[in-house]
Amino acid sequence: MTQIESKKGMFIDTTLCHGCKACEVACKSWNELPANSAPSLTGNSYDNTGKLDGENWRHVKFIEDISDDRKDSRWLFLSDSCKHCQLAGCMSVCPTNAIIRTEFDTVYIDHDTCIGCKYCITGCPFGVIEIGHLSGTAEKCTLCYDRLQAGQQPACAQACPTDSIEFGEVEDLVTMAKKREQYLQSAGYGKAQIYGDKNILGGLNVFYMLEDKPEKYGLPSDPQMPQKTMVGGYWSSVFSLFAVGLVSLLSFRSYRERKFKEEEETTTGA
Amino acid sequence: MGSNFAENHPVAFRFVLRARDNGARILHVDPRFTRTSAMSSDYVPMRSGTDIAFIGALINYVIQNDKFFKEYVVNYTNAPFIVKEEYQDTEDLEGIFSGFDPDKKAYDNASWAYEREDPVEPEGEPANLSERLAREKLAGRPKRDETLQHPRSVFQLMKKHYSRYTPEMVEEICGTSKEEFLMVAETVTANSNPERTTTFCYAMGWTQHTYGVQTIRSGAILQGLLGNMGRPGGGILALRGHANVQGATDLSTLWNSLPGYLDMPAKGAAHDTLEDFLRDKMRPTSFWQNYPKYLVSILKAWYGDAATPANDFAYEALPKTLGNHSHYKMFEEAYNGIIKGMMVIGQNPAVGGQNASFHRKALGKLDWLVVKDPFLIETATFWYEAPEVKNGSVKAEDIGTEVFYLPSTVFAETEGSFTNTSRLLQTKEKAADPPGDCRSDLWFTYELGKRLKELYKDSNAKRDWGFNHLTWDYEPDVNPRFKIQEPSEHKIVKEINGYDVATGAPVAGFGDLQDDGSTACGCWIYSGVLPEESLNRAANREGDDYQYLNWGFAWPANRRNLYNRASARPDGKPWSERKKYIWWDAGKEEWTGYDVPDFAATKAPDTPAVPGGVGLAAQSGKDPFLMNPDGVIQLFAPAGLADGPLPTHYEPPDTPVSKNILYPEQTFSPTAVIFEHLPNNKVHGANNSKYPFVITTYRVTEHHLSGAMTRWLPWLAELMPELFLEISPELASELGVHSKDFVTVETGRGKIEARALVTKRMRPLKVEGKMVHTVGMPIHWGYSGVATGSVPNDLSAIVADPNVYIHSSKAFTCNVKKGRLPGGVV
Repeated sequence: MTQIESKKGMFIDTTLCHGCKACEVACKSWNELPANSAPSLTGNSYDNTGKLDGENWRHVKFIEDISDDRKDSRWLFLSDSCKHCQLAGCMSVCPTNAIIRTEFDTVYIDHDTCIGCKYCITGCPFGVIEIGHLSGTAEKCTLCYDRLQAGQQPACAQACPTDSIEFGEVEDLVTMAKKREQYLQSAGYGKAQIYGDKNILGGLNVFYMLEDKPEKYGLPSDPQMPQKTMVGGYWSSVFSLFAVGLVSLLSFRSYRERKFKEEEETTTGA
Repeated sequence: MGSNFAENHPVAFRFVLRARDNGARILHVDPRFTRTSAMSSDYVPMRSGTDIAFIGALINYVIQNDKFFKEYVVNYTNAPFIVKEEYQDTEDLEGIFSGFDPDKKAYDNASWAYEREDPVEPEGEPANLSERLAREKLAGRPKRDETLQHPRSVFQLMKKHYSRYTPEMVEEICGTSKEEFLMVAETVTANSNPERTTTFCYAMGWTQHTYGVQTIRSGAILQGLLGNMGRPGGGILALRGHANVQGATDLSTLWNSLPGYLDMPAKGAAHDTLEDFLRDKMRPTSFWQNYPKYLVSILKAWYGDAATPANDFAYEALPKTLGNHSHYKMFEEAYNGIIKGMMVIGQNPAVGGQNASFHRKALGKLDWLVVKDPFLIETATFWYEAPEVKNGSVKAEDIGTEVFYLPSTVFAETEGSFTNTSRLLQTKEKAADPPGDCRSDLWFTYELGKRLKELYKDSNAKRDWGFNHLTWDYEPDVNPRFKIQEPSEHKIVKEINGYDVATGAPVAGFGDLQDDGSTACGCWIYSGVLPEESLNRAANREGDDYQYLNWGFAWPANRRNLYNRASARPDGKPWSERKKYIWWDAGKEEWTGYDVPDFAATKAPDTPAVPGGVGLAAQSGKDPFLMNPDGVIQLFAPAGLADGPLPTHYEPPDTPVSKNILYPEQTFSPTAVIFEHLPNNKVHGANNSKYPFVITTYRVTEHHLSGAMTRWLPWLAELMPELFLEISPELASELGVHSKDFVTVETGRGKIEARALVTKRMRPLKVEGKMVHTVGMPIHWGYSGVATGSVPNDLSAIVADPNVYIHSSKAFTCNVKKGRLPGGVV
């Protein structure tokens, strides 16, 4: 078990994000992630990245929230990445313990141990992880583990021109975020809210200030650990197994009955 | 207004957000809902190209509702000045000013002048050349009426000029609702007074029109009336679009200027001798009276010992302009075979120029072309990759141009400095040697100069005198960390700063420069950046919470806020405690405050103007705008503009409306420069049914300009991978188009294809009783690189403003159809 030396994280304030995507480029540049070799326009606002995956560890979402008469016009931006959850679903389902908690209290995939089984992909409630095309193993944001070891901040936070991505001690960031929440609510952002407090998976080390409810940003309002969702899955599997058996038994029986009937008719007719 | 601050200046926008979080209200008035609108407190839509109508209505609102800053306006602007009786306004002449010559499409501005008192004979002998020439041109002081009631006072003329620019007119012309307009008007006026200031940020949305200069002037006039100039948090801020575009302009990349905004001498003007030229350029009652000192110092910097009083300091060696050599004229001359060769460095006209296909035609007429850029850009590949070559309408073998491509460095491979939007010089260090044969523009220019000097060294021809006597020693100060050595930054900065010719010591600032040849200075406004041999103030890095005077060096003289004398009342006291900035310290008898005073340091507020005085002596202790004649803001411009003394609304050369409803007889700017004689350069005129939609072009954060530095980088290319046309759902449904569908966009200049991006951020506006649709397209694409596409600039026409020849790319018209171009891009 790794000794947690400090709890590092990021506070992403969407009210300061103007969607420049410098974080995406800084992430790819530092982590040497390949560009899409045949990119095309997605047609979804200014988002041509699409989603988080093995090559895109950071993704700026563009949400056009505009009424037909344009009276209410908002264009929301959210720089998304791995949240480095306290209760990390990916970590709990990994069969080889390739996903570990680092000395910075962040969630890190050890590529030497990863066997590419994809369990973590289903284990993550945020859809953060994918198999990398080049590595063949699970990939996601490392919170720039290598930079943290050298005493630097993650590349995205360094590149962010508006300090919308703040890196630091989670405790300090939470204090900052609470202050910010109060300010925003008094400054006309009535729905401003923190996403990623203790109530979300025990707290997200990478958490957000949203201008509106999480669903507006495509974030689950109540994400669950895979075990919890798996209980339902387990029972449904048991039920399915039972049902399959029952149906086959029934169909076998009906086959037998039909066969018996046919034989009877043949006998009678003869 | 006129800027997409967040997208095109994403780093500087952090300060806007900080202001917003400190309680500032951010209004974004723009034809499109952009990332800037998203971050602003309010977004107000308007039709592209109608900014003057909008701002003119703000001016009218301010005057009609008595919201102007009276004490400021009476003392710090020319509002009380009386204009000659001969002057006639657009209100009198149905849309034109007096002095218009329809054949020449030009104004004679004689009737726009002030009424003046009799000139006063100066006393004593002139101390130097600058003073002597100033006296020759000295006129009497303008007549004034400080009650602002004289019918020919600038104030009353303005009042009349803008009287029909009403909120209703804004609704008709701009498509902005009356309520939205009034919200802007009320917000701006409530926030402009002794306690508060308002700023206007603009960029290409104001400049790139056939009336671009007038649009900016309208903003300046409004800010003058509101008392927002020279005060902290005020001003009109030009957002410069590249790291060093300000520096490039300061050091004279423009065809008609010398470093420090001095002019190029012109053939045909009375510029035969140095004295003739200086007499023409002399502005006797402003700081510009020092003009001769700066020009003579440039000549000393360039020609050294060979520049003597006997040979007019080698004035004759300066090239003279032969006419208009602006960008579009230059390409016209290339097309006509007058210009035979061209060096294109840091530009990509084959796709970046307006009516880009014309630019490619012109490039194809050259004998030789040198392209120096980090990537093999379209200007270097036009002869085999351009759409007209690909589709066979032009054959590569018919293009005779010999193209030389020289690989260039990027910013981290050179040292030097950037001058940013705030006129702030900041040094930067070289991080790495460039790869292979890549060389910096500086290295290339220096080496080219050395080789040319070698070629000319035996020539006795008069025309080669300049080459043979040009000072050209910038040999590197060797830096052992690198293999490629750049020319000496120190030698260059020292020449720019200026030095005493006899001792070689740097001058402390432009105040030390002389017109007798005893000083040399490459760019007077930068003087003071290197006050000592070992102190480059552009390298200063001491931040603080406010004006950070020890961070970098801002020209002129490290002043951060220009004309900051206006931040104090005429008597020298601050307008308010809250907006205290520069004030007169009566005890110490000097100006003091948070910035370097932009005023004579010990000139008391009650200092009277000297009758018959020249230069700053002609201005009193309460005249803050010391570069202007008479020391005040020129709300009305009696001289200096080709298209009128007051900004006036005209329609763009392509407009969706049938007429200019303010001046039905004058739909278009009478002085707009239309290059009608060029091939495929037809303008659409008013309400052309073939081209029903307004199109506006722009940049997005993900790419830079023609894409020369971004479309070749896979990480940037994938962020905006394909050319797109932004259209409203309303228009999309009329056209039967969905997002990602291909559409064809056509104008009288060209036809291109793009993917549709359907978004409610675009909105139709009701103008002239009908719905006008605007579509928008980023300009970044071309046929070479990683992300390629049609050339958006093939759509626009070459039309220009008559003052500075800026083109019009923000408001023209087009047609849009579903589907791709038949047979690919043509």
